[in-house]
Amino acid sequence: MSKFRKKQGGGTPAISTASLPDIVFMLLFFFMVTTVMREITLKVENVKPFATEIKKLERKSLVTYIYVGKPKAAYLSQVGSEPRIQLNDAFARVKELQQFVITEREAINEAERPLMTVSIKADGQVKMGLVTDIKQELRKANSLKINYSTRKGDVYED
Amino acid sequence: MAKRALPEINAGSMADIAFLLLIFFLVTTTMDVDSGINRKLPPWTPPDEIPETPPVKKKNIFTVLVNSSNQLLVEDEYMEIRDLRDATKQFLNNNGDGTCTYCQGGAKSIVSSDNPQKAIVSLQNDRGTSYKTYIAVQNELAAAYNELREELAQRRYGKTFDDLSVEEQNEIKDAYPQVISEAEPVSLG
Repeated sequence: MSKFRKKQGGGTPAISTASLPDIVFMLLFFFMVTTVMREITLKVENVKPFATEIKKLERKSLVTYIYVGKPKAAYLSQVGSEPRIQLNDAFARVKELQQFVITEREAINEAERPLMTVSIKADGQVKMGLVTDIKQELRKANSLKINYSTRKGDVYED
Repeated sequence: MAKRALPEINAGSMADIAFLLLIFFLVTTTMDVDSGINRKLPPWTPPDEIPETPPVKKKNIFTVLVNSSNQLLVEDEYMEIRDLRDATKQFLNNNGDGTCTYCQGGAKSIVSSDNPQKAIVSLQNDRGTSYKTYIAVQNELAAAYNELREELAQRRYGKTFDDLSVEEQNEIKDAYPQVISEAEPVSLG
């Protein structure tokens, strides 16, 4: 009689998860290819303004970034609420900018130095006074290729 | 003696390891593409030795002033940012001396530019102008040039500017050279 006994536990068979790692690896490689490493921790507010006539920045290794904006809430007690410049991971004064740009330029291989671009990532609320000071310092450092970092979008909206 | 088959390694935790890596990359990387408006700064000259510049006729200069309340004064008249693009295009396309054969719809006004080669856009902002407004103005000025170039590319080659070869692009760029001059910083109040 045991020959004809019905199979036990007739529920749905477990779904094989053998291909789950493959799927996750696929996602992993997608993100590894499409994203870039976050180089610095932002210490300033950085809501970039909108623009439509924008160009992509090529050759990341030739780009130096200058962040400008109000210090984030955690740093308010140390540096106050006036917009500040951030270079790499630290707040900086306008006077330090020239040295910073020259050091960055030295790090680039000599043939490509003329192609170096400085990307100014300033918050929309920053006043032009500070940005003008930065531009003057860049001129003194003879680093003339600049890029005003923006987001793509309509300029009129408030 | 029969060879005993090697026991299979349990790969059940592979997914967990992959997830861990995935989450690590999600957290440490950013996806934003860097883009923006490219500009070239003039070389530094000490304030006391600014070189003599050749005289430029006043009608060939399109002055844009932005004050600390983010208001625009264009050619001595108050203007909204949304009107700036058309005003700039009109100025560039004016064709005052009639030498510009490709300018369409030029007003030939005697108080506006002679031809696009001679036209200069002069931008001056106050120290109190917000960066957002400055970028908006820069964007509109660049847009005016880009639209004129695009129109010319369509008329001459029937293609968009981006689809043209490098020589053709340079030819169009020479037809409408982008000259945006930024004055030395002052306080406009």
